Order: sequence, then structure tokens, then C-alpha cells
Amino acid sequence: MPRARLGAHAPGPIGGVVRSARRVVEALATPLVPGDYLDLVDPLRAGADLRGRIIDVRPETSDAVTIVIRPGRGWIGHVPGQYIRIGIDIDGVRQWRAYSLTHRADGSPAAGIPAGCIAITTKAIPDGVVSNHLVRRARPGTLVMLDQATGDFCLPTPAPEKVLFLTAGSGITPVMGMLRNHLGELADAAHVHCAPTASDVIFADELHGFADSGRLALTLNLDDEHGVLDLARLDTLVPDWRERETWLCGPTGLLDAAEAHWAAAGLADALHTERFRPSTIEPGEGGTVTFSASGRTVEADGGTPILDAGEAAGVLMPSGCRMGICFGCVVTMREGAIRDLRTGDITVVEPGDELPVQTCVNAVAGACDLDL
Amino acid sequence: MTLAPERTAPQTIPAHASTKPNGINPRLSVTSLTPRPQRPALKKSGRPNPAAHLTPEQIEGIGVELDALRKQVMDSRGERDAAYIRKVIKTQRYLEMGSRAVLLFSGVKVKGFRPAWWIGTAGLSVAKILENMEIGHNVMHGQWDWMRDPKIHSTAWEWDNASPSSQWKHSHNEIHHTFTNVLGRDNDLGYGILRVDEDQRWSPFFLFQPIWHVGNALLFEYSIAAYDLELGGYLAKRKRMSEEEKAKFRADAAEVVAKIKRQATKDYVVHPALAAATFTGSARHTLTANVVANLVRNVWTNTVIICGHFPPGIATFEKTSIEGETRGEWYLRQMLGSGNISGSKAMHVMSGNLSHQIEHHLFPDMPSNRYAEIAPQIRDLMERHDLPYVTGSLPKQAASVYWKVVELSLPNKVEGRRRRDIVRLSLKKAWKKKSLGRF
Repeated sequence: MPRARLGAHAPGPIGGVVRSARRVVEALATPLVPGDYLDLVDPLRAGADLRGRIIDVRPETSDAVTIVIRPGRGWIGHVPGQYIRIGIDIDGVRQWRAYSLTHRADGSPAAGIPAGCIAITTKAIPDGVVSNHLVRRARPGTLVMLDQATGDFCLPTPAPEKVLFLTAGSGITPVMGMLRNHLGELADAAHVHCAPTASDVIFADELHGFADSGRLALTLNLDDEHGVLDLARLDTLVPDWRERETWLCGPTGLLDAAEAHWAAAGLADALHTERFRPSTIEPGEGGTVTFSASGRTVEADGGTPILDAGEAAGVLMPSGCRMGICFGCVVTMREGAIRDLRTGDITVVEPGDELPVQTCVNAVAGACDLDL
Repeated sequence: MTLAPERTAPQTIPAHASTKPNGINPRLSVTSLTPRPQRPALKKSGRPNPAAHLTPEQIEGIGVELDALRKQVMDSRGERDAAYIRKVIKTQRYLEMGSRAVLLFSGVKVKGFRPAWWIGTAGLSVAKILENMEIGHNVMHGQWDWMRDPKIHSTAWEWDNASPSSQWKHSHNEIHHTFTNVLGRDNDLGYGILRVDEDQRWSPFFLFQPIWHVGNALLFEYSIAAYDLELGGYLAKRKRMSEEEKAKFRADAAEVVAKIKRQATKDYVVHPALAAATFTGSARHTLTANVVANLVRNVWTNTVIICGHFPPGIATFEKTSIEGETRGEWYLRQMLGSGNISGSKAMHVMSGNLSHQIEHHLFPDMPSNRYAEIAPQIRDLMERHDLPYVTGSLPKQAASVYWKVVELSLPNKVEGRRRRDIVRLSLKKAWKKKSLGRF
């Protein structure tokens, strides 16, 4: 978001002086921009790209941690239930992931999160590059890139009379964001949370605290005790679930089942869901290349560089050495999977992750979408 | 010294056209669909072919070995490498800011000399060299794209140099690195103003090349800008160019002029003006400091770069020899067409690791801090295949190039003819045509 700078838009001589001073500073810094130098000193200053510094990493369960981050001064806040994207350098490579926010939106301290800090909670998933890094290796002091909060998995104002939260695993996180912020405003809140065992329940103490004070009707469904949640059991766990507006977050299996269950009851409108970003991209051999800006699609085999496939279809492709050394053919891939013809290495880009790629040495692996 | 050569491969014809028999660039693979020819013992010029003893199978083997080495290093890129480039960038920025701060007082005299001028100028020279070599050149090669940091990315970097990065990337990354040392394709071979190989045709223009060479070194950033812009080609061909080509040139030229203006405003106007505000009489001295720093950077970068491809023992190639070239053959050409500079770690960093020119030309997108690590393996591979690994100290290599520039300003020796007769005859012809045979 472009930020208004102090005085630059002021009318008359003040605005003129500020604008001239800025031009001088820009002339001093060229070919860089003044911000490149300021970033050395204060990467969290107002006007910088949004970043944050990890100030605390605290364990929640054996494989989940809460990461407390002091955001840069450009942070504009969030609505409970929303998520942010965090970019963190792992093995030198910047990786972006989305996480729900759990701190108090008014900036007041809560649950050990200091005032003005933001918090996310993540659970290590098998082969999860980022989640494992955050859980096992993230250290206070690390600088991370941030995006502003987004998402519409939020409670409306005023909140409905009767609410049901249905969560599983780390799907608790956006709901915990709502509970910490809005529990006092909820007249009648029920919560069914699923976890493999009692020790896997994230925020267990806090949830029990809410329940003990009578503000939250909490039911834990533990897989080792009760078996995996059968939605038919809702009739006994929360008999009036049909009268409640429901917020649901958990793994894809639960989401699919619940959507069918609510639809069958004719209540699809009463269900609000938040999907963890599923990894939908399965690399294959050859496939469809979509050039979204020019509205063309091309079928290509696994041995043809995307550059050649695009050119054959009449797409105006930037090109250079055609052997992977000059980086003159680099185009932004919006999503999809590609395979390096020299090494066989697969690169997968999830939606929202955008990555500049070389078209001359990569073939499509399944499908890919290019910004061209 | 704003001379640039006429391009023999105009941009409208894809650069790969002659090497793409089956639709896909053969340089993508070390193996070939059709059998590759054995290299002739002698080049067309009659000089020995340094790779004549290798069979196509051996060359394929070299390609396989180098691909494996590349993969091994590229797969191991990680935090250590990222920390390295960030540290260099941070150091460079603090050094530049510090030097410029010191220069604000460059007019202050202590016991007859100006310490701030000397310290500031030295610091600024080093900062500019670091920025151009270890940072700018290498970032624009895409060596750090893998970090996915949009601020340290080949598509985003703009360097402290007269040539706009987009134009430099085209002439350097694409033309020079693909067609390294191919006569008539790689214009870096003498930049169109020097004759640095006996197989380059002589004309009376080259009689004065020691002068061109020194001028080129002093004004290197501007001659690179003119060269990347293809100014020489435009001047020679503008009467035959289409309106579209001319419009493209004009747009490129406007880009260069704007870049030079920004660079000059910073170095020669804004920083001296800022120094004037300290009332220490430093404006003039800040100006001279910037001029000197740019000159030092120009001469240093030129010296490093001429050692990369011009010293004796480095091969050039005929245009026809790269038809259908495989990845292995391309690797071979890079090894034979480049030379290293030996020296300390500081020397390697200050040269942007172009002191490892051979390794850089084999793997232009490999992070530069890794070249030293693979250099022994490359040397071993070349020695096993009886290929000359050209290397030497900076003074030795640079002196050899300067000597070559003098030597090759004269035509090649021909049996039965005196060189002075050849010169005299061609000067007579040139006088008649009112042209020195170039431009």
C-alpha cells in the first residue's frame, strides 16, 4: 500500500520543499533507492516493506509453537480470524506461508503476547519445510517478511446469538484469534475441537479456562479416546447445532465432510469455512502451459522448453541464450510445476507464491500458469 | 572512446538459429541426436586446434562430469551463501556511505595534505569496484536468484555504472557468454576496437590500438555503455536500418543518456554540493574524489576483464565450429576460451571472482563464492584431458595483454612478405578510400 509521506502532499511551499528534499535524497542514493540504505539501519521503520522481528518462540505442544513477532511500523492491524503471509529465509531461500493471527486486534497484551506484537501458531507437518523450520529452528531476533492481514473468516458485528466453532488440529488458530478477541461478546458459544490425543491440543489450558468460566461450551474429540469425529455425533455433542452459525477450520477431509453434512441439512449458508491452503499441485510429465496475460494455452511434452512451446504457439516470449545462462527469458510463474531439463529438478509454485522462472531450460510438469 | 562494433548477428534473427536443427537447442544436452564430428587438427587459419585430440565421446564425458559438478554445488546452496552475499552488500553500502561522509570534509588540510580526500577516495573506489564486480555483475547473472529475494534478483538489480543493466545483460549474459570467443559472434573479443587474436583480420585501424586500449580502460564504463547500446553498429548501418530498428535504438539511447545523467548528477553535482554545505572548502575535492574513484574503478575493471579472455594461450573459435554445438562442446569452448588470475582472497573478491573466469564461464549462474571451491576440480579435469588451464598473477596476465595489444597492432607475419610492406600498402589503400578499415 503506498504510504503518504510526511508533508509531501502539503500544498504551497512546505510541500515543495519536502518534495525537493526527497528528490535530492533520491539523487544521492541512485542507482539504489534511499530505502535500501535506511533498511540497513531500521528495517522495521514506517515506509519500509512490511517486515517483522521474531521476539519469542514458545512451545504449545510437542510439535506446535507460537511465534511472537514485533511487526514493522507499517502494520495496519487485522480483524480476528484473518491470516497473514510470512516470508522467511530457510536454507537461504525465501519461503512464504499463510498463518492465522491469534493476538488481540486492539494491540493489548493477552496470553503472554506483549502489547503491539502479533502472533501465529504453527504445527510441524511431515515434510513441511516452513512449519518444521518454525517449530524446530526459528530463533528470536530473526527478521521475517510480512504481508498485511487478509481473509474473511471473521465474526460479523454484531455477532450472532448462537455460535458453534468446529476445529481440528492447528485449525484452532483462527478460532483462537476470535475467542481471545470476541468471547465476551458471544452470548452462547459452543466449540468442538478435534485432536489426536489430549497432549496434542493446542491452547489446551486457555480453552479449559474459557470453559471453566462458563463462557465457552467446549467439547474435545480426541481420536485416541473417541475415534475420529463422526459428524453424526454432533446431534449428541451440540444438539442445537442446526440453530447455530458455524465457523469451521481444519484439514481438508473434515471440511469436505462438514460441507456435505451442512448442505444435507439445508444449512450451507450457516457454515463459514477456512481452508488450510491445500497443496493441489502434483508434478507430472508435460502438460498445459497457460499464458494468462495473453489468454493462450499450449499443450507441451515433458521434453520441450516452455520457451519453445510458447513461441510455437505465437506467444511473444522474451528470450536470450536458450541454454539457461543469461536469464533473459525469465517470466513470472503464477502457479504450477516445471522441470529443469538440465537437472530434472522440479519447481512447484503454489497459488499466490509467484516465482520468476527461466522458460528456456524448464518444461511444464503437469500444468503451469505464466504471467505473459 | 565510444566505439562499439557492428553486430554480425542482428537481434531480429534469433541468436540460436544456426544451432537449432531439431527445434530444441542442442546446448541443452551433453548428448547429441546426430553423431558429432571429430575436431580438425588445424583451424582454418592454420593454427593448431587445442581440442583436436579429444574424441566426441570424451567431450560428452566432460559434459557429463561438469553437469554433475554443477548439480552438486547448486544443490548445496544454502544459508552460508545467502549470508555471504548479504554481508558483501551490507559491507559495500556502509563503505560507500562512510567514504562519502568522510569526503564531506575532503577539503580539510592537515600538515599540507588532505587526509579525508585520500581516505574517502580510496574507500569510494573500493565501494564502486565491489558494487560493480562482486555484487552487480554477479547478481545480474542470476547467481542469487535462487534466494527468491526480490531485492537481490537479476530482474531487479541496477548497478553503479553508465550502462543500464537491461542492455548490459543482453550484450554480456546473452551474447558474450553464449558465443564466448567465437570470432564474429562474440564482440567482447576486442570490443570492436582491439585486435587481440591473430585470427582477427587486421586493418590499419589497429595500428593505433595501444591508444584505443588505454582510452578504453580510462573510460571503460562509458565505452561499455556505448558497446551495450551497439552505437558502433548503429553509426555504421543507420542508413540501411528500418524505422523500427531506428526507433528501438533511439529508445535505448534515451535510456543510456538518462542513466548517465543520473550517475553524473549523483557523483559530480549532488555529493559535491552537499560537501559545499560543510563550509570546509570540500566541494571541489569531493568532485575530484568522485572523478578519481570512477577512473580507478574503470581501470581496475578493465584490467581484470582483459585478463579473462585476451592473454596468450586462450583459444578463439570459428563461427562454423559451433554449429549444432552440444552442452559438452560449449563447456569445452568456455574452458579453452577463458583464463584465470591467481591471487589472494581479497584479490578474488575485488575482481568479483572473475579471477575464476574459467569456472565463471562454465557456470555463469553459480554463486561466485563457490568458484574457488570448484577450481581445483576444474583444473584437474582440464589437465586430465590435456587442456591448458590458463592462469597467472594479475601483473603477469595484464602485461601479457598489453604486449599483445602492441604486437597485434601490426598484421600477422606472412612468409615471403615484410610486415612493413603490408602496412604501407594498406595505408595507401586506406588513404584512397579515406577509411582505416573500421567504421
